[in-house]
Amino acid sequence: MSIGAVGPAATEPDLPAAVDDSPLPARVTRATERTMTVVNGELRLGPRLRALWDNRELLLLFIRTELKLKYKDSILGFLWSMLNPAMVLGIYWAAFSVINRGGGIPQFAIWLFAGLLAWNLFNNAAMTSTTVVVGKAGIVKKVAFPRELLALSTVGVAAFLFVIQVGVLVIVMAALGMTPALGYLADMPLAILDLIVFTSAVAVFLSAVNVYYRDTQHLTEVALMAWFWGTPIVYAYGSIASLVARHPSVLFLKYLYVCNPMTPIVMTFQRAIYGKASYVSPAAGNTAHVATTLLPNLGVGGYALGLVVVLVASVALFLGALVVFGRLEGNFAEEL
Amino acid sequence: MPAAIEIDHLSKQFRLYNEKFSSLKERAIHGGKLTYEPFWALRDVTADISEGETYGILGRNGSGKSTLLKCVAGILKPTSGEVRIRGSLAAMLELGAGFQQELSGRDNIYLNGSLLGLSRAEISRRFDDIVAFAELEQFIDNQVKYYSSGMYVRLGFAVAVNVEPDILLVDEVLAVGDAAFQRKCLDHVRRFQREGRTIVVVSHATDVIRQNCERCMVLSHGNVITVDEAGEAIRVFLADLLGVGKPEGDGGEGGGNVIAIGSVRTEHGGSGTRPHLYPGESLTVTAEVDSLAEVRDAAATVAIHDDSGELVFASDPDDPATFIELPQGGGVLHFDFPEVPLLDGTYSVSVGVRSLSDTAIYDWKDQEAQFEVANPGRTTGRVRMPVDVSFRVRSTGTTGEVPVVGRDLGTDGREPSVSEAAS
Ligand SMILES: Nc1ncnc2c1ncn2[C@@H]1O[C@H](COP(=O)(O)OP(=O)(O)OP(=O)(O)O)[C@@H](O)[C@H]1O
Ligand SMILES: [Mg+2]
Repeated sequence: MSIGAVGPAATEPDLPAAVDDSPLPARVTRATERTMTVVNGELRLGPRLRALWDNRELLLLFIRTELKLKYKDSILGFLWSMLNPAMVLGIYWAAFSVINRGGGIPQFAIWLFAGLLAWNLFNNAAMTSTTVVVGKAGIVKKVAFPRELLALSTVGVAAFLFVIQVGVLVIVMAALGMTPALGYLADMPLAILDLIVFTSAVAVFLSAVNVYYRDTQHLTEVALMAWFWGTPIVYAYGSIASLVARHPSVLFLKYLYVCNPMTPIVMTFQRAIYGKASYVSPAAGNTAHVATTLLPNLGVGGYALGLVVVLVASVALFLGALVVFGRLEGNFAEEL
Repeated sequence: MPAAIEIDHLSKQFRLYNEKFSSLKERAIHGGKLTYEPFWALRDVTADISEGETYGILGRNGSGKSTLLKCVAGILKPTSGEVRIRGSLAAMLELGAGFQQELSGRDNIYLNGSLLGLSRAEISRRFDDIVAFAELEQFIDNQVKYYSSGMYVRLGFAVAVNVEPDILLVDEVLAVGDAAFQRKCLDHVRRFQREGRTIVVVSHATDVIRQNCERCMVLSHGNVITVDEAGEAIRVFLADLLGVGKPEGDGGEGGGNVIAIGSVRTEHGGSGTRPHLYPGESLTVTAEVDSLAEVRDAAATVAIHDDSGELVFASDPDDPATFIELPQGGGVLHFDFPEVPLLDGTYSVSVGVRSLSDTAIYDWKDQEAQFEVANPGRTTGRVRMPVDVSFRVRSTGTTGEVPVVGRDLGTDGREPSVSEAAS
């Protein structure tokens, strides 16, 4: 059928198997027509980002594979991704709401859930990214592909779990008859973008470093624990602000919180989902009511501004992480 | 012809850490500095592989063949130099193609295919071909960790060839599959050749190289010792195997030893008239031995390997006939085999001298010399076993020779007792 075909190559993308006999099937392009690639040239940032984009299908496959492996051989399967956060939430809720009265925050479970939602994504990805390159040594040592995808796949898996948790949250809020702050929901896409970019930066960095220093994973575990308590999740930022207002000597605390990229993200989640920046409770032995501030009263634009700053910083961190990764990546196959 | 692969002054250094310190604590203890020895797995390798060429790479174990392929595939980063390729590339490296143990064969096909640059739709289209090629229809939904090593390699090769790359790199794949699969692979290689694709083959099977490759590179200790048409390259490779063309700086064994074995040679019943010997002819192995001092407690060892590296024969270490006394100075060690009971093949000879009083080995020359056996008759197999065939008529009623036949045929290890046989 293609006897007379003398035209340039690749005009017939789908040749049947019968081409076996022809000396040079059209699918094989001549070398002169192909672009030359330098296999081991140091990839600069631009081509690196491009390669990531070109391989997005592979990234999705990695994420799917990971999810499949995660729930393989388990009876409840994906239900675990709902049960697990639900149980964590239950424990924190029990600990702070029943024993400590949650510092008095009403609907404490929802407050907690809002913050944990953001934190869990970050925490999951950071934890799994440390071991992802080492764990996939079989692939890393056999095939050449942009290895950053492995780190990014951990963010993807965490993002999937995030979506499930949002589902749980919606159900719980509907059950409790709570509504989010509709105006502040406009800030949520930006907050989620921040969260993804910042988490990706951390994941890419940790995945490369752990190949060389295997105790990065243990260090990360401890650091994340400290970080969790240093982020206003189980308590409100308002309590830190008022502490600083009463004792100016601990002003540094305020800077610490401002420098933590997770603070604005978590606070946006809380502001939008929990819906209130303060609550009013009857003060003990007094008929007057006292207002307690939970979150800074900045307005939709104020929160957005904070998020933009975090986004700029996160993008810079992400690019930096890619550079570090690129430096270290060259020797992955021999270090593993 | 434009080059499909240009290898340009490629060098690769590995660091052999004296001990692997991969935690911060260990690095801290050692002052942040790691002690390592630089090891050059490849030294200044330059080669152009033309489009449509089938190119072989030969070399002893550890000569850097796999390292070279990994550099070309972009998995390892060279210490210096550069590799440029034109077109798409798929590599089948040693043992398996980077599968996920926990996943099924099906999922691994998708994963591996995507890693090699296929889109999901393309993989779906070729899926049945891949499975059929690997002959894994029954097992495709099993986890690959339960696959045999042959099945594993079959699946990897099936994916790699179905990617239809412009350049295919193959590292020792053929060694693992069974004969039927090897044939299939070679058929595929031929089809690729017809289609004008570029193939780079690493193999220890010289006949695979001879039959399929136009040109071949021979590596020795990371250096290219020759790039030539296949036949000539194989000759150089065998010479390297025998230690003839060994580069300097690799004294290896026997450096400061009392006894040093020099060249090892073989001579046989047909020497002078033909290069090979016939089965049943005699063989003499001679080895030059230099002795710095008188040694009274030595024993000589000789071993014969076939061309796939299997040991065929090794002398009895306790046999007093192998004990030797060496005066100071030099001499020639002789091993006389009155009859070589081997059939066709190329065999290599190793010679060693060890101490009788302790376990020390004075010197050992591994697979230094070769000899070839060619069988003029039509017997096939590995060894020459003279056999007499007779047919004896069964004589009913009499206790004649029948039991004797039964006794001779007691090959299952059961020797019937005489009384039993007589009854
Ligand atoms: N990751 C690594 N770290 C340190 N040394 C390595 C590493 N990989 C390979 N080497 C060394 O490099 C040398 C070449 O190895 P390579 O695997 O290329 O040999 P080869 O020619 O493929 O041998 P074979 O015939 O056994 O497959 C060997 O001495 C090996 O020990
Ligand atoms: Mg090898």
